[in-house]
Amino acid sequence: MRVTQGCFSFLPDLTDEQITAQVQYCLDKGWAVNIEFTDDPHPRNTYWEMWGLPMFDLRDAAGILKELNDCRRTYGDRYIRLSGFDATHGWESLRISFIVNRPKDEPGFRLLRQEVDGRSVRYTTVSYAVDRPEGSRYE
Amino acid sequence: MSDAAAKPPVAGETPVSSIDLRHEFDAVEIAPVLEQLDRELIGLKPVKTRIREIASLLLVERIRQKMQLATTFPTLHMSFTGNPGTGKTTVAMRMAGILHKLGFVRRGHVISVTRDDLVGQYIGHTAPKTKEILKKAMGGVLFIDEAYYLYRPENERDYGQESIEILLQIMESQREDLVVILAGYGDRMEKFFQSNPGFRSRIAHHIDFPDYNDDELLFIAEQMLRDQNYSFSAQAREAFIRYIAARRTQPLFSNARSIRNALDRIRLRQANRLVSNLDRVVTSQDLMSIESSDVLASRVFSGGADRPRTSTGTP
Repeated sequence: MRVTQGCFSFLPDLTDEQITAQVQYCLDKGWAVNIEFTDDPHPRNTYWEMWGLPMFDLRDAAGILKELNDCRRTYGDRYIRLSGFDATHGWESLRISFIVNRPKDEPGFRLLRQEVDGRSVRYTTVSYAVDRPEGSRYE
Repeated sequence: MSDAAAKPPVAGETPVSSIDLRHEFDAVEIAPVLEQLDRELIGLKPVKTRIREIASLLLVERIRQKMQLATTFPTLHMSFTGNPGTGKTTVAMRMAGILHKLGFVRRGHVISVTRDDLVGQYIGHTAPKTKEILKKAMGGVLFIDEAYYLYRPENERDYGQESIEILLQIMESQREDLVVILAGYGDRMEKFFQSNPGFRSRIAHHIDFPDYNDDELLFIAEQMLRDQNYSFSAQAREAFIRYIAARRTQPLFSNARSIRNALDRIRLRQANRLVSNLDRVVTSQDLMSIESSDVLASRVFSGGADRPRTSTGTP
């Protein structure tokens, strides 16, 4: 099951050229671009691991693409996303976030139904991927 | 900046068989930059010639790319050598403009760094630091001033070497994204290249900046004064000609930078002269004019080495 999180996730995967254009848009807006990765695709898993520091003061997307490719070399089997952080007063938050790399095989989620208190049911989703320990989930 | 200038030449468009050279030249709007270079930079004939040559080469290269004749991206890394104050930094800034107009760098900004910005202080500090700077310079020009300080042969555990290795790697693998300009004094750069042959071979253009002669220095001084709305009186001009001749023979002479510092001190003395007599009305002419006494009070004339507060390096 294809994980759809952040911008563009209902579109086909972005090509490097398209990623470059998006990153350049972020840089032109003065946002700091971050590279994050994870192997836990649960939608509530908000805080992913960061690849290096947020990249402030860059002018051209080439530098970020280079970092992204370095990240892909190491964590090519995980989800990698780029996010643009707007530091201007009043915003101080992410303005854009999109997935740029995903595992070849995304096993999707299992729905857990917990029967509680009479006939009530609580629902929860668990990714099949997290059945395996961290680091070997998408091998 | 026109669209044509902003767009880097891309392969993959349909090849064109003929191109109007004049039109192409005008489209990249490079003539004004070159003219400005001619106008604002005094002397430096060989440098200007060389820059024109490079600009022409790049223009032709650009057309060749449009015709899909060019297969590889030209190497643009440069090295500027010359004595202190000969305009290396200034030319580097202009170079970025030229490269940008021709579409060989995408943004045209200049990141000016020295050893401190590239080399870390402890193990594992250098690589991230250098990479950080390289990332910032992507799409523009990385100007490394006094590049020979990167390499310290006397200390084999110096981290400079690590920085050099990363630089060389990026200079080779990301030629399209980044232009590196090394600058420094001639003899020391020569030594630097000897001990790092990788650099020499990766740098396509070695440009040597000659010293200014006395006339050029006077011209520079007058231009600097004009920019700040000052002017020499006739005697002051005479005195300054003698100042230049005297200053040149003294130690730590650094061409245009010495002139700039001299002018700063002259303005100081001029202000002091004006303030010393408070009971009068000053005109704008008074404020603008520099008299011979302002120049002649310099220690240069009294024979003592005028030790200006310039380090030998670029500030």
